[in-house]
Amino acid sequence: MSEEKDAKGCMGNRNECSKGVTRRQFLASLGIGAVAVASTGNLAGEKEAAAAVIKSGEALEISLRINGHAHRLLIEPRWSLLHVIRQELGLTGTKVSCERGECGACTVLINNIPRYACMTLAVEAEGMEITTIEGLLHGEKLGAVQQAFVENDALQCGYCTPGQIMAVEGLLRKTPNPSLDQIRDGVSGNLCRCGAYVNIFKAAKRAGELKRGGTS
Amino acid sequence: MNDTDRGFYNSRDIPVPETPMPDRNPKPWEKTEVIGKPLPRVDAYERVSGNAVYPSDIVLPNMLHGAILRSPYPHCLVQAIDTSAAEKMPGVRAIITVSSPEADLSWPYSPEVKTKLFDPHCRFEGEEIAAVATDTIYQAWDAIRSIKVKYTILPFVADEAKAFAADAPRVHTDGNKLKTENYSRGDIEKGFADADVVLKETYRSESELHTPSELHGCVAQWDGDRLSIWQSTQGVYSIQATVAEIMGLPLSKVRVIGHYMGGGFGSKLRADKFTIIAAVLARKTARPVKLFMTREETMLAAGNRPPASMRLKAGVKRDGILTALDFAVTGTGGAYPAGGTSLVDWLVRDLYSCPNVRTEMTDIYINAGPARPFRAPGHPQCSWALEQMLDALAERIGMDPVDLRLKNIPSFSQARPGNPPYTTTGLRECLIEGAKAFGWYEARKKTAEQKADNHLRRGVGMAAALWFAGGGGPPSTVIVKLFSDGSVSLNMGASDIGTGTKTVMAMVISEELGVKPEVIQIEYADTGTTQYATPSGGSKTVPTESPAVRAAAVHIKQQLLALAAEDLKTDATYLALSGDAVISRKDPSQKLKIKDIAGLKKRGLIVGVGYRGPNPDGKVVNPFAAQFCEVEVNTLTGEITVLRFLGAHDSGRVMNRLTFDCQVCGGITMGIGFGLTEERILDRDQTGKMVNRNWHDYKIPTAMDVPADIISLPIETNDKEANTTGAKGLGEPVTIPTAAAIANAVYNAVGVRITNTPINPLRLCNALTSRRKEG
Repeated sequence: MSEEKDAKGCMGNRNECSKGVTRRQFLASLGIGAVAVASTGNLAGEKEAAAAVIKSGEALEISLRINGHAHRLLIEPRWSLLHVIRQELGLTGTKVSCERGECGACTVLINNIPRYACMTLAVEAEGMEITTIEGLLHGEKLGAVQQAFVENDALQCGYCTPGQIMAVEGLLRKTPNPSLDQIRDGVSGNLCRCGAYVNIFKAAKRAGELKRGGTS
Repeated sequence: MNDTDRGFYNSRDIPVPETPMPDRNPKPWEKTEVIGKPLPRVDAYERVSGNAVYPSDIVLPNMLHGAILRSPYPHCLVQAIDTSAAEKMPGVRAIITVSSPEADLSWPYSPEVKTKLFDPHCRFEGEEIAAVATDTIYQAWDAIRSIKVKYTILPFVADEAKAFAADAPRVHTDGNKLKTENYSRGDIEKGFADADVVLKETYRSESELHTPSELHGCVAQWDGDRLSIWQSTQGVYSIQATVAEIMGLPLSKVRVIGHYMGGGFGSKLRADKFTIIAAVLARKTARPVKLFMTREETMLAAGNRPPASMRLKAGVKRDGILTALDFAVTGTGGAYPAGGTSLVDWLVRDLYSCPNVRTEMTDIYINAGPARPFRAPGHPQCSWALEQMLDALAERIGMDPVDLRLKNIPSFSQARPGNPPYTTTGLRECLIEGAKAFGWYEARKKTAEQKADNHLRRGVGMAAALWFAGGGGPPSTVIVKLFSDGSVSLNMGASDIGTGTKTVMAMVISEELGVKPEVIQIEYADTGTTQYATPSGGSKTVPTESPAVRAAAVHIKQQLLALAAEDLKTDATYLALSGDAVISRKDPSQKLKIKDIAGLKKRGLIVGVGYRGPNPDGKVVNPFAAQFCEVEVNTLTGEITVLRFLGAHDSGRVMNRLTFDCQVCGGITMGIGFGLTEERILDRDQTGKMVNRNWHDYKIPTAMDVPADIISLPIETNDKEANTTGAKGLGEPVTIPTAAAIANAVYNAVGVRITNTPINPLRLCNALTSRRKEG
């Protein structure tokens, strides 16, 4: 992550832009190092800020980079990335289904890795490259994974589908030619109650071929 | 008898317009160009791109967010409720509770048993007590958590086995028994006397939760005195009827919009309390209100497949002829009448030829969330018992399980009055062709020959099924419009719940009118703009709607040819539609492009109306099935790996091979959950609360639990009588025999019969251990 990337936003200019508390203070107030996973080494080097108590309703300004676009937002620190993507930005392709990290309907890519947006605070995702299902389209044209899902009928009601597609997209970015076991593993965190798994396996295989430029 | 009128899919109590028989029913298709092909879904782009707007995606200007406070106890009285803290919280716009006037709105659990929108006497954990509307959803939950309630906790009954004890707490004042239903034919005692082998066994299937991907919920908005509701539903007209009745509104003033919806499996057939609550909150605040349940709430209060405690006694002759079946079941729909034993005896009554049958079904109350219809109500439960029993009988008389079933194939429905014949039954072909494609006899031979000392044991098993409904039927009205450029729109009220309904209907129009499915636009599931349809349930949507769509397309064709005949100065009977033109059959050089037909240009568009005609008199339209599977059992850990499955399904004509196969895989996947992992667990003795109210603790099949090798084998029976497209239902039969087939395969592998669902490692290890101890 680089601070320069969003220099005009909050990140490069923290103390001036915050109305409530700074992002750094918020993280400190949570008092858990694990949160820093979203912001790597920067914080560790800074000295401890005085813990501030955040109340619900207090706004915090952050900048999120989603599908290549930067968004400056006033959010509550407790808001999940899922809430912000759907409710604040209106990107409703990312679905809400369990909100406790069990089903994967809200899967997005964060720095190319599939993550549950319901289990990620919006503040954690600051400075990361976030990709949602809408970000896989090339203009109006479907991405390779989306196309493969259509051809193989890898869906029924379609509600878990964006999450499944993002899981497969993340898998293929890391493993371009996955085995069946790797595909199963790749979508094992994504529930499909309609039970389209068998076709999802086929679609993932096909998507790999499409991405590698093959047509067979 | 019209099976779909029996109320299982909430079609009985809806004011139903009579649909006249179409003037001329088209003959069944002989050869098809489009129907039956593996066509990708017409709305696949919307669904994979993230563009499809589901009801839970709706965001309206000025919209508020609602949440519901629910009873934390299985049985309690609300004594006092204090909302003063919530009232002072930021963003709170409205609060309604058991003390508000709206609480008294009548809520019908059944025609006989009505309660209130908020009833201070809560009979199940999760019953509604209060609701709020706030600016953000986070504020809604802040407000709900701040409401203080004083409860009187009442004794509860959460254990079905104790519901009839003398000191059992009463769910309702007149006791815990809802009803007992009896059925018998022949002479059961004589039947058992005639048998060479009689077996008796008890079985139990646990309560299964629907948990569709999209949560249950809606958005409600008032425009003057008109109420619009966007709801994730299987049937917009069903919701309209209930909302209009409860709110005292004319039907015309209630617009319910479904469109995309993220799964239902029977749990989204009718209006919910949240529908009314959202409408009330929206009226109070004069703003739109979005109200969706959380996952946990859906598990407590959005329905379930009732548990079934079953006893089955069966008699068979040495030659495999069944002589008697005696079946008793106790089930529960929870705290209100909810079909706790609906159809649980049906397969015993109707699947196999048997002259002497007796069944008894007792539906009881317990303090648990009300059941709802769940994919083939009653059938997987009954299959769990009956198909394991058939397997055991086959073993006792030394006959192959497939051969035993082949000895008992009925050609008519024994359980219905007058023994009406089936229009078609592919049960025999499902068994024979399925066994052949699966390699059944070879596989059985192989498992019999495996070495005894290996802790990994292979087993193969099978089960057969029919589905009680699946023929569809009236009412249904659809409209097809042909525009002046030759493109077409379809207007129908039915929902596409993920089965591919829209795609199949586009294919019907394409087949009939020769237009490409891509130029067909479908308006659907909207009481404000589309025609009447019953909810999409009972595996009846395709057999109900496709003949109506075909009739509307034929109506278009008749009008189009008549208009072309005027231009070509000939008789319409000599004309035929060919691609984008009308040609003369006598003289193919006489040809007129559709867009050049003067009458069409003048009118702008042609409207075709199609009605669903009646089903054949005195005949029954049912789908049939047989499924086969192979499993591997680890006798040390109790783990079961399902290696492969084959579903042979007679659902009449295959309308779309791609979506047909997807249904088969999906039904089998859900059946694997019913058989191996899924079980609602109530803390029966201590608190009465559900202990596995999330997907972490309530296990549905994941990608790791299903075989990649699932084969769909359609058995097309060429049903010329069922309806004008020859389609029968598919969505439910695909999940009926799955769990029983797995149980039989496990028995084949390890010689232990697990009679209680689910066959999880703990249950299987216990059974294997007790056998070792006995042995």
